[in-house]
Formats: sequence, structure tokens, C-alpha cells
Amino acid sequence: MAVAVDIQGVSKRFRIYHQKYTSLKERVVHGGHVPYDDFWALDGVSAEIAAGQTLGILGRNGSGKSTLLKCIAGIIQPTTGQVVVRGQLAAMLELGAGFQPELSGRDNIYLNGSLLGLSTREIDRKVDEIVEFAELEQFIDTQVKYYSSGMYVRLGFSVAVSVEPDVLLVDEVLAVGDERFQQKCIDRVEQFQRDGRTIIVVSHSPDLMRDICDQVLVLDQGKVVTLSSPGEAIRAFRQRLAESGFVPEPDRLEGGEPDAEGAPVPLARQRPQVRLLSAVADYAGKEERSYIETGEPLRIDVTFDVATPMTGVQFKIAIISERGQIVYAAMSPKALSGMPLDAGVGTASFQFDTVPLLDGRFGVNIEARDASGITLDLLDSGCYFEVMDPGRAMGIVGMPMRVELVPPGVATEAQAAGAGR
Amino acid sequence: MAMASEAGPASAELGPGLSEPAAVLAPAVGRRDLPYRVVSSRVPLLTRFLRIWQSRELLVFLIRKELKVKYKSSVLGLLWSMVNPAIVLLVYYIVFKYIAKNNTPYFALYLFAGLLVWNLFATALPGASSTIVANAGIVKKVAFAREVLPLSQVGTATVFLFFQVIVMALFLAGFQLNPAWSYLPLVLFALVDLVLLTAALAIFVSAVNVYFRDVEHLVAVLLQAWFWFVAIVYNYDTVYAKFVAHHLRWLAAVYLADPIQPIVLAFQRFFYGRVFVTVPIPNYPHYTVQVLAGYSYHFYVEMLAGLLVASLAALFGALVVFGRVEGNFAEEL
Repeated sequence: MAVAVDIQGVSKRFRIYHQKYTSLKERVVHGGHVPYDDFWALDGVSAEIAAGQTLGILGRNGSGKSTLLKCIAGIIQPTTGQVVVRGQLAAMLELGAGFQPELSGRDNIYLNGSLLGLSTREIDRKVDEIVEFAELEQFIDTQVKYYSSGMYVRLGFSVAVSVEPDVLLVDEVLAVGDERFQQKCIDRVEQFQRDGRTIIVVSHSPDLMRDICDQVLVLDQGKVVTLSSPGEAIRAFRQRLAESGFVPEPDRLEGGEPDAEGAPVPLARQRPQVRLLSAVADYAGKEERSYIETGEPLRIDVTFDVATPMTGVQFKIAIISERGQIVYAAMSPKALSGMPLDAGVGTASFQFDTVPLLDGRFGVNIEARDASGITLDLLDSGCYFEVMDPGRAMGIVGMPMRVELVPPGVATEAQAAGAGR
Repeated sequence: MAMASEAGPASAELGPGLSEPAAVLAPAVGRRDLPYRVVSSRVPLLTRFLRIWQSRELLVFLIRKELKVKYKSSVLGLLWSMVNPAIVLLVYYIVFKYIAKNNTPYFALYLFAGLLVWNLFATALPGASSTIVANAGIVKKVAFAREVLPLSQVGTATVFLFFQVIVMALFLAGFQLNPAWSYLPLVLFALVDLVLLTAALAIFVSAVNVYFRDVEHLVAVLLQAWFWFVAIVYNYDTVYAKFVAHHLRWLAAVYLADPIQPIVLAFQRFFYGRVFVTVPIPNYPHYTVQVLAGYSYHFYVEMLAGLLVASLAALFGALVVFGRVEGNFAEEL
């Protein structure tokens, strides 16, 4: 398949000036020396995007994704490397950029269309369609300065999509207008996909990526983390987030001595009779991958240390999402708590035949209680596990689904149109 | 996508590459399999020229925008671009005929002939120097040949020149004076030189101003000084005669090397047309000078041809400078 966009070792250096001297005097005064630091916003990024594909660029703020998009668009030039774009390109980085408030909507269509590379004849042909799509029939000869922000953005979007480019660059501007117009925008993007145009979308919304992209490029600090299928890329993205962000260490609440003020400690007094040592998530193929796929089995092994022989110990497990929401929590069965525990180290193994969760990184909290329900020990975020959804579903839980479609007129045989999670 | 809907009206057209043969001036083979575009830190000069040429429609829209925005919601609108010079010319006429008496006949027309040139130069350059900064919004968000921004300032000033020429023509007709029609090709040649020279300087200052914001102030000051180096308010011959009187012929050559000078002379030669009018110079009783430089047609052509070469060289230089710094516009703004 033909390559539509070929990014060849693109690096972009920004100079971060400690003090910005933009006047001649300041430059002369400082002897032409302006102190600066080099900052590589992009560092050797290479990727090939096949024609007709939709590529998502995912990354945190400051990861270089917008810089890359601007390099592809030709708004900034890379310091080294080059981008080869095949076919006409249109970039939607900001809708209505370059609108002149003093001019009418119609004049602005011509000016903006021309700016985006349309010829006058093309605009002549498309102007009615643009006005209709923007739903601005009544206001098109009004000066743009009297437009509401919604009208402004709608007009900007309509002009931008009228370019009908071979390669379309979109920078998170799809969320414009009211809900109905948003749907129109997404429909238009999907039509672009059906027409076989190449689309590159920058976003930090994994859900949008999963929904519309064939491939996702994950950037971190100007470098390519991965270029792969959406599910895999989103997992890598989440992993990067977790690695660089605040990750709480497995946090043990020691029992031990009560506070000097005698403040209540929610643990058994003195030395706990049961201490939780560790929790480990285990699954098939753990050596090769750091995640499970939706629907696969999972086992959590909790090791604990019993000080004095006792019975009636119960374990509580809670699965916590990244947002701190309890996804699932349950006690170990009562039947098990009757089992007498000798002093020493033992293991409690929590086995899930299937994990129906969709994407994300989940923490596991463990709690040990005695027969009367008093907490013996806590292990917050004792371990983590990651789930990657290879499909296109969104949300929290995977719900196996089949779709049957009975076309009008076909009475009997229902045919399964497809199955997805 | 589960269901393929019927194609909408938009997709019924040909592919974007095939529908518009006039859109891009690429070789015919380049259209069918799609044209390549390379974004890198070095863009060949020829490619840049091609991009500017392809943006000519955008240039027209930008000029139109400048004109519309300038006279927005005024009653006379574009008519102001003629009313304004007409009033200026009328005031000059009254002042120099009745108040500050000048022994040059129809001095107001002489003055205005030179001002035609200077006004283009002096409105385009300050406008161009700030245009990239003023249009930061699109420079940072849209990819296009940024050279059209300073060029649109030159274009706007050229449009104003035409309005002023119309006013000039009306005055000439009013006084029943004839321009030197045989010099018409010369003045058109001079106009080409003027536009090229102004374009070169406009592109240069617009780029440099992004990095040194003083340039726009510097340009304003330099233009004021430059104005008096050019024989617009006074006679070229007066200065020339003084150089000769002091045996400073080389200074006369330097004087003529001012790139605006030959253009002004050519405009005066055509519009004023009264070569053989001589006037005495105060304090130099033995000299009389012609109002206009007494150069031959041939010499004018030589001067303007030399200027054409120089202007083209300047334009190349300006494009090279612009291309060097353009890649960082989006981050500097």
C-alpha cells in the first residue's frame, strides 16, 4: 500500500531563552549572547502512515504530539529530518484561524478557503455546501464579529472539511458545537475514512483513539514509544503515565505501638496477629507481557505471616481503578475462615476465571480481618495489574455481545452481523 | 464500519487530485499520481517561488481583505482612496501657488508625481514590517506561503497607487496638461522596478521583524530620512548642479544610485513632462536648472534596467533570508 505520510527521523529543537530579548538594544547590550537551553521537542521520530489509514498520536501534554503535527503540516520546519506528504494536505489545528472579524462570513469562506489551498473556482463551487453544512444560511453575509463562538467554529470546521484533502490533520478540535453538530463532524470524518483518505488525529483521549484509529503512535518526551494497534498503544501510553506519574508504593499500615495521644489505630492492638506481606498478580504469559487481555483469567497471590495460631481470619480483596473507584470488592468465603491457621507464612490465592474489565491499570487492596471483623492488617495497592482490550469497546466492563440484524423484508433468517465485546 | 451508507453528494465528485487542474502549477504528470511535498529545514528557492506563485489567488484575497477592512463601515468606502489624494493634491496646489510661492510651474503636480512613487514605498514597508507579527494567528496555525503576507502589503499599496494615478489624470485633464506620452513605456518599466524593489525589502523586513521587533520602528524613522534624499520636494537638477559646482561629480553618481531616485525621475518625466522649463537657483546667479533631469530616454532605460537587475538580486536575497528564518516563525511569535 502506498505511503501517504513518511516521517523520516524528524527532530525539532526549541531554544528556551532564559530571558527573551526581542529588541536590538537588548541583543547589543548582551553582546549578542542570549542565554538559552536546547529542548528537543521531537527526537528522531520516524513513522510511515499508509494511505487510507487513520493514525492517532497519543501522548501527555508536552510530549511533542502537537509539534509533530505542525511539522507534518509544514507550519514549522524540523531541525533535522524531513516529512514527505503525498497528496493535498489540510490541517485543522484551530478552527477559524485567520477569520477576519470585520468581513462577512462569505468573504471569510473565500479568504480562509484560499488560505487552506483551495482555488477560487473550487470555493465558488463549494460555497453553498459550506454554508449549508455550517447551518449559517441566514447569517452568511453578516460580519463574523457578530457571530457566536459556536457559529464561528462551525464555519471554521465547514471550510476546513470542504478542502477534501488526501491527508487530513486534526488536533482535538472535533468537539465543536452542540451535540448534533458534533455528530455531523464525526460523520464527516467517518466519510473521509470511507473515501480512503488518510487522517492523523492528535488527542489525549484514549477513547477517541480506540474509536476511530487504525494505528496509534505514542509519543513521550519527543520519542516514539510505540506505533501499534490502538489497544496495545493505549496500554503502553497508560504504562508511561504510571511510570512517570505518582505511583504509590505498596503501603503498609503498621500495627505496633499506638500513638502517644492514644489516637485510635484501626488495627488490632499491639503486634498484629496476621501481617500481610505481599500481593502478586499472576497470569499466563507473564514473562512476555505486562498485561492481560479482557476476558482472560487472573490470579492474585497474597502471602501473610501469622504470629500466633488462630482461626476465623477473613481476607477482603478490592480492585481499584486508576481513578480510585472500587471496581470490585469481596470477602473470602466464610467456609474458609473456619480453617485454623498455624504460626508461619501462608498464601491466599484469589482466582478470577475471567476478568471482564476493559482497559486500564488496576490496583489491588487486601485486608485481613479477624472473626469479629476487626482489621488485622491492610495492604493498599499491594500489586497492580493491567488490562488491554484488543477490541473497540469503550467504558469499564466488557460485556460479550452479538448483534443480529433483520433487514426489512427478510422475515425469517436473522443473520449475525458481527460480534464484539 | 458496519453499514456502508450511500455516498453523499460530496464524495460523488472526482478525487481531490483530479478535479481541479488549475489548482497547482505542477507538471501534468504530477497530478495523476499525487504530488509530493517535503517538509524539511531546507526548501529549494525554486520550490519557494512555485509556492508563492500558486498562492496568487490567496494574495488577491488578502489584498481585497486589506482594502475592505481599511474602509469598513465608512460611507464612501473605497472612494476614500481617491478622495484622500485628491484633497492632498488640492491643498498642495493652493499652498504652493498662493502661500509658499514656488517658481516651478505647476509645482503641485511635480510634487505629486514623485509622491506617487514614494507613497507606494512608504505605505508598503511599514505595513510589511509588522505583518507577520500581526498575523501570528494564522502563521502559527495554517501552513501557507508566508511570503504572501508582506507581498499583500505591496499589492495593497500598488492598488492605492492606481487610485492616485486616476486622481493625477483627472488633475492633468483639469489643467489641460499632457503627460509625456512617449515616456509611457518608461514609467511602466519604472513601476515594475518599484514593485520588485519594494517586494524585496518588504519580505526582508517582515522576516527580520519577527526576531527584532525594533525593525518596524527603525523602518518608520529611516523612511522619513530617506524621503529627503530623493528629489521629490525639490528638483533633482538643483542638487545635481550644486554637486557639479563643487566639483563633486562622484557624489552625483552616488545620489543617482539611490534605488528610488531613477523611479521617481521616470514618474516625474512622464507625468510632469515639462523638461525644458528652467528655473533659477537662489544664491547661484550663474546657474539655471531644468525642473526635470535632462537625461535621454536611452539613459533612463539603462538606469531602470540596472535597477531591475539589482531589484531581482535583492528579491532573491530576501527570499533566502526569509526561508532561513521562516521555520521558526511559529515558535518565535
